[in-house]
Parts: sequence; structure tokens; C-alpha cells
Amino acid sequence: MSQRVKYYQTGTLTVGNRLLDDASRTVQASIDRSNALTSGHRACQGCGEALGARWVLDAAMRATGGQLIAVNATGCLEVFTTPYPESAWQLPWIHSLFANAPAVATGVAAAMRAKGKAVRVVAQGGDGGTTDIGFGCLSGMFERNDDVLYVCYDNEAYMNTGVQRSSATPPGARTATTPAVGPSPGNEFGQGKSVPLIAMAHGIPYVATASVADLHDLEAKVIRAMSMHGARYIHVHVPCPLGWGTASDATLRVARLAVACGLFPLFEAENGVLTGSTVIRNRQPVEAYLRSQQRFAHLFSGPSADPERVAKLQAIADRNVARFHLLQPEEHS
Amino acid sequence: MISPATKPFAITLDEGSSRANHTGSWRTRRPEMTARLSPCDDACPAGEDVQGWLALAEEGEYRAAWERLVQHNPLPAVMGRACYHPCENACNRRHIDQAVSIHAVERFLGDLALREKWSAPAPLSPTGKRVLVVGAGPSGLAAAYHLALRGHAVTIREALPRAGGMMRYGIPTYRLPRDVVDAEIGRILDVGVTLECNSPVEDIVGAIEGGGFSACFAAVGAHLANRVQIPTSDAARIVDALDLLRDVEGGDPPRIGRRVAVVGGGNTALDAARTAKRLGADEATIIYRRTRAHMPAHALEVQEAVEEGIQMRWLRATARFDPGKLVVERMEVDTQGHVHGTGDFETVEADTLVLAIGQNVDLSIFEGIAGVHVTDRVIEVDSRMMTGHAGLFAGGDMVPSERTIAVAVGHGEKAARNVDAYLRGETWAPPPRPEIAAFEHINPWYYSEAERTVQPALDLARRQRTFAEVQGGLTADNALFEARRCLSCGNCFECDNCYGVCPDNAVIKLGPGKGFRIDLDFCKGCGLCEAECPCGAIRMVPEAL
Repeated sequence: MSQRVKYYQTGTLTVGNRLLDDASRTVQASIDRSNALTSGHRACQGCGEALGARWVLDAAMRATGGQLIAVNATGCLEVFTTPYPESAWQLPWIHSLFANAPAVATGVAAAMRAKGKAVRVVAQGGDGGTTDIGFGCLSGMFERNDDVLYVCYDNEAYMNTGVQRSSATPPGARTATTPAVGPSPGNEFGQGKSVPLIAMAHGIPYVATASVADLHDLEAKVIRAMSMHGARYIHVHVPCPLGWGTASDATLRVARLAVACGLFPLFEAENGVLTGSTVIRNRQPVEAYLRSQQRFAHLFSGPSADPERVAKLQAIADRNVARFHLLQPEEHS
Repeated sequence: MISPATKPFAITLDEGSSRANHTGSWRTRRPEMTARLSPCDDACPAGEDVQGWLALAEEGEYRAAWERLVQHNPLPAVMGRACYHPCENACNRRHIDQAVSIHAVERFLGDLALREKWSAPAPLSPTGKRVLVVGAGPSGLAAAYHLALRGHAVTIREALPRAGGMMRYGIPTYRLPRDVVDAEIGRILDVGVTLECNSPVEDIVGAIEGGGFSACFAAVGAHLANRVQIPTSDAARIVDALDLLRDVEGGDPPRIGRRVAVVGGGNTALDAARTAKRLGADEATIIYRRTRAHMPAHALEVQEAVEEGIQMRWLRATARFDPGKLVVERMEVDTQGHVHGTGDFETVEADTLVLAIGQNVDLSIFEGIAGVHVTDRVIEVDSRMMTGHAGLFAGGDMVPSERTIAVAVGHGEKAARNVDAYLRGETWAPPPRPEIAAFEHINPWYYSEAERTVQPALDLARRQRTFAEVQGGLTADNALFEARRCLSCGNCFECDNCYGVCPDNAVIKLGPGKGFRIDLDFCKGCGLCEAECPCGAIRMVPEAL
């Protein structure tokens, strides 16, 4: 055949593809994937975080040949995987406190160095443990450029304790502590807090955002991060059916809408400089994303229906699209 | 096991892996691997497993794809050209961009088989039964093929000088080159079918009994042209479209003059007009009493005819024809959709008037056969394709159905299965049809944008003057591309999505070609595997609670 025929049946968007050779498929397509987070864990049905954590760690396990230790902050991911004396982890794993996962990871990395072992370290936590409670330790780990990949699984609230607001909760969202009552129901419109951009401000070797909406993109970023040393940060968007009010089978659909509307931009940065963006395929209005979740239902029905707040969320998405170059060049107008 | 005495306080489980915790007990519904019927398979009158052979073609397994194809349709190179592909009208891909060009891939496989001289599968050992097939059109040939493969001795009797029926005497060569027809018929005969041309059957029952046949499949086609009374003078030249096409095939085209008017709105009318143009007519005009939207002709044929300069006069009815001059009445459509004359007449210059206003079956050979019933000038058959006369089956244009080549081929196979069962004293039960994979079952996000491949077309100057084939074939590269546009509706193509998206590791990958299994010990029933299955090959069913 004179030309390479593209695999258009599914492109490269599915997990695997029988028409591609094994090396071109994802880690998740492999029959030999490590299943770092295995069955029997107690995450809710359709949990985005359980999925995201397995995807990240399996990719990191492959990248390191299984020479990997995970350090976990307190949070859903810790609670649902390790109710004493059980563990769903199939790699060495340690949990200490809510706030100190980055510091513990620093210590583990130092210990490995002291013992002369080439074992790599991944630290992980939810948005509460990362953007609020562990934020000081995380900044210190970045500032010292410790040899740790820190992964934040962002489900936009404290889900484990009953859906309380975090600094990653989007404006307008209903949580247990920001109920849909009063003159401005749901979470306040603050200034937001982008930990990926804060990480970039530290000038660390690698920063990326990823989502369970795009497995190929996520794995490429984990593998890229594991090819480097020093402090690295990946922020993974993981929908929560319980906290967001979505059906258990809608997790990936909702994640795709978050990416497609521009509210969750996918990008990479090295040494503090933006190096790449994942362009949006089939852009959607923010409203399509918001309407897919009960936590935003009050924006669309009843006395608190509020097109202005929807428009403000759209404006945030539009700013992301411009700032991170999320459209194909010809789509800009 | 920790002994109760040493077990720490407030521990319900033994130390160890979470796999001791069977979360499958949370489930209220379970996923099941399933196979739905793809809409193309559902729509194919010839009963082809379109999705199945496309899946093989996607892998470049052309020989296997062709073998799957000819399990049902022994005429793929013909059908890839002459079928109006209802499969493509049903294709779910049309909701994403455009339908898969199934006919073009079918033609590619058919042509490749002819070029590589692939032969039909070997027939089963002889049964000793003899079957008579009357008519060597697509239906009779398909029936003969399937009967011969099942080990029966088949004789086809054909009234015309050559086999092919409407494939030879109806469809013009610019749509269906005769070397293709000859080669595919030859391959059917090579299975061990006896063909007798110039051998019209006048007494079917006599032919069956006299020839020692145990059963008969009749598919004589619809070769009688409908006539209407048009006031005319004796010198005016009126021909039937079927005669025109048949005479061109016989190498003896009639003189048609410079200006030709064709009455009718079906494919035969367009074939006649386009043929007239190729015979040298400067003007060929279609006269049709309703609007373009009502024309039964296929849209592609209408488009190609317009490209070739065929003029269309819609809402016109013929009133009188004299040499050189056709008088037509303007028609109008009322609010109920009925067509009425306006009393307003105009003249169309025409040297020849071609009538293409429908065809009928010559039923004379069925007269007087006990049990055979005729309704609306076609033969009644039961669900087995059998007439009221035991052992006499019928199909194709002569039974109630749409008159297309795909229907004819489908009748041939269906009749063959039933004849075969009849000869063994059994009844063939068609397999149950699974649920259709509708577009709602598809997750379109996973399919990349990929525009339909366009077949090359002959340049217009040659189309207007020669009978060379208009549509070209696909190359191996773009046939593969086109096959890979298939969504594989309802049938797992091992994309690993279910395996990859399960948050509970509860989908087990069994390895290439073996598919997947759900681990019900751990499946919580979230439904992500079903929602993220691109092709609708998983379904959720409620658990008995």
C-alpha cells in the first residue's frame, strides 16, 4: 500500500483499537496493565476519581517499570481504597495526614535517594487536600523542586465528608455548605484559584491539566511527567456523580462537556511556560455542561433561574479558550 | 483468618486486598455483552451481513470479506454497481457525516474477486435431487447458486439468448458493464449449474414432471411493457423503453432521430433517456406527470441524467403524438396531492416517443396451474416463497415486492433455503432477528471525522456519447479507508473502551478475538461501559432483586 491508511473508524479516541499495534494503544488497553487501584474498593458507582487514579498510576507504573511509591492525602481516594485492614492498592502506598502528603512524598523521595534506589514517587490528593488543606506543603515541595509528581484529582468539593465547598468548587454550584437558597444561590463568584497556574508560577519543570474525558491526553502527560525529575504537577478533572448530581453512567460524558465548553482547559507547561494546549473538538456552550448536573439546576429553573450567572460562567470559559488557545486557528473569529 | 481473640477492635474484615469485598452486591442492573443488528444488515434486501464483511475488509482481509459477502450474495460486483443501496440510507454514520459508501466497497471486493479469479465455495456432496429454475435473472441465478452449494442438481432454463435477465437486457452498460455480468454468472455456473438459453418454458408443471425435477423456482421477471392509448398518427414512432434497451443490448438499436421524448419517472425512463443521448440524440426529454419529488427514480440517477443534459419536464401529461410533435398538457398538484390537468397544452418537439410507464409479468405460463393465484398481475407466494402449487416456488419481479436487483437476489437465497428444506421434508425457520442498533445506541464521540470517499466519474463528454461505465471503482487505499468509516453498529470491534472505563476493574479482557467478560463479583452496575461503548454492543439489564 502506497500510503499509511489512517484509523478513521475510531481515530485514536477509543481506549484501544484492534487495528493498531499494541505500542500505539493506551496503557489502559493492555491486558497486562498493573491495575494499581484494583477491584473491591468502595467508591460510588461511576466514580471519576477511582477511574482517574487508576489511569494515572497505571501509566506511571508502566513508565517506571513498576518502581513506584504512592503517597496519599486524606480524602475520598484514601477512604474508599483503604478501610483498615483492607487495601485496593497494588503498589506501595502510604497515607499520613490531610495536609502533609507533599511533605511526606518529599521524605519518601529523599529516603529513596539516601538508599540509592531508583524508585519514583507520586503524591496524590483530592482538590480539598491540594488546593486548601495541603496547599502550603505543596508550595514548599514545588519551591524546593523535590523529585515528586503530585497529582490532584479535582472533583470540585469535599465529597467524602458530604459535599462541602472547596476552593476548587466552581461559582454557582450547590454544595452542602453553599446551598441553593438566598439571593445568590450556590457557591459565590469569587476570583477562583487555579493551582496549575500557581504551580507554573513556581517555575517547576512540568505542569499539566488532564481529564478523564481524554485518556490518550492524560496518559501522554503522565508519561511525559515521569520522563522528568524535580517537582511536577498534574491536575486531573474527575466528575463526582454523588456531589455533582449526575447519573453514574454519565461521568465521562460530563467530563467531556467540561472540556468541550472551555471551563476545564487542557494544557501543559514546562519551567513556567505554556508549551501546549489540547484543542477543543466540537465546542459546546457552557449551558450544555451546567444543565447536565443537578448542582447547577437552580440556575435554570424556579425563582433563582439566572441567565446572568450562566453568562458569567460562559465568560470564564471564553477567557480560558482565548488564554489557552483551545480552538483550531481557523475557528478563532 | 484472624482469630476472634486476637482480632483488633472494630474490624469487620480480614487484612488483605479489597478484592475480598465483593462490591457486585451493590448492583441493581448489570451490563451484558450483546450483538445488535446493524441497520445496514437490517435494510439489505439481499440479506447480506454488511457489517460483518466490512469488519473483515477493515483489517485488509479482503478474501475473507468477499467470502462473507458471497455467503448471501453471489453477485457483488454487479450489486456494487446496480443496487440502489438501501443499506446506505439506513447507515447510522449519516447522522455523523455521510453514510459509509457500502456499495463502493462491495464493488471493490467484487472486482477484486474477479481480478484474482476467486472461486465460489465448494458445494456439499450431491443430494441426488434435481431442481428446475425458470429464468436466469438475478433471482434465478442466486437461487441456483445457493441450491447448487447445498448439493442439489440445478438446471436453469432461460427464454432469452443469454443469461442475466434485467442485468443484461434492462440496465444499460454505462451502469453495468457486461464483462462484469458475464464473469459473475460464469462463477455461479462453475459451481455446477446447468444453463439452457433460448429455452422458454411454456408448461411449468410439464417441465417439472417431464424433467424429473423435485422442485422448481420460477423468476421470469417483468418484461412486458405497460401500454397506454395515446392519440397518434400511424407514422409516429413510438417504442417501449424495454424494447429500446433490449435492442441496444442485442446490437441492433432502433432509429430514434434527433429529438427523443421519454414518458415516465422511473429508473427505466432515465435509462432510456440516457441511452437515447448515447445513441446520438441531441435532445432527450423526460415527460413526467408529477413533480421531481414524486419520481420513483433514484436520486443519483436523476442527478447523473441532469448532468448529461437530459431535460426534465415535470407536471406534463402526454395528450397527442404526431411525427415531430408531442402535445402535452400542463398538470397541477392540488392541496391533497392529487394531480389534475389544467387544460393548458404545449408542444414538445420529438421524433420518437419512448414509453417507460411500468412493466408487468408475462403470466401466461402460470395459467391453469392448480393452486397458483394471481393478485394485481403478480403471483402470490407464502412466507416460504412457495406458490399454492406444492414444490413450485417463485420470486423476483413476478411476486409482490419492490422490483430491484437486491430484492431479487434476496428472494433467490430465501427460496433456495426453503426449497432445500422442502426437499428434505422440513420447513426452514429463519433465525430470530436481534434488536436493531439505532443511532441512540451509538456513542458518536468516539468516531473521528472522516468524509465519505467519492468514486471517480467519467468525464461528461464521454458520458454523452459512449456507453463506457460512468462510475469508477475505489483503489485499495480508499476502499480500506471507506471500510474503516464503518461504525460497527451493534457489534463489538474490540476497542477496549469497556475495559478501560470501568472504575472497578470489573471488565475482563479475554484477548484478541475473544472479547470481554463482566466480573459480576465487582461490577457495581454504574453503566459506564454501556454509555461509553461506541457501537452499542453492551446493554444494561435490571437485576432480579
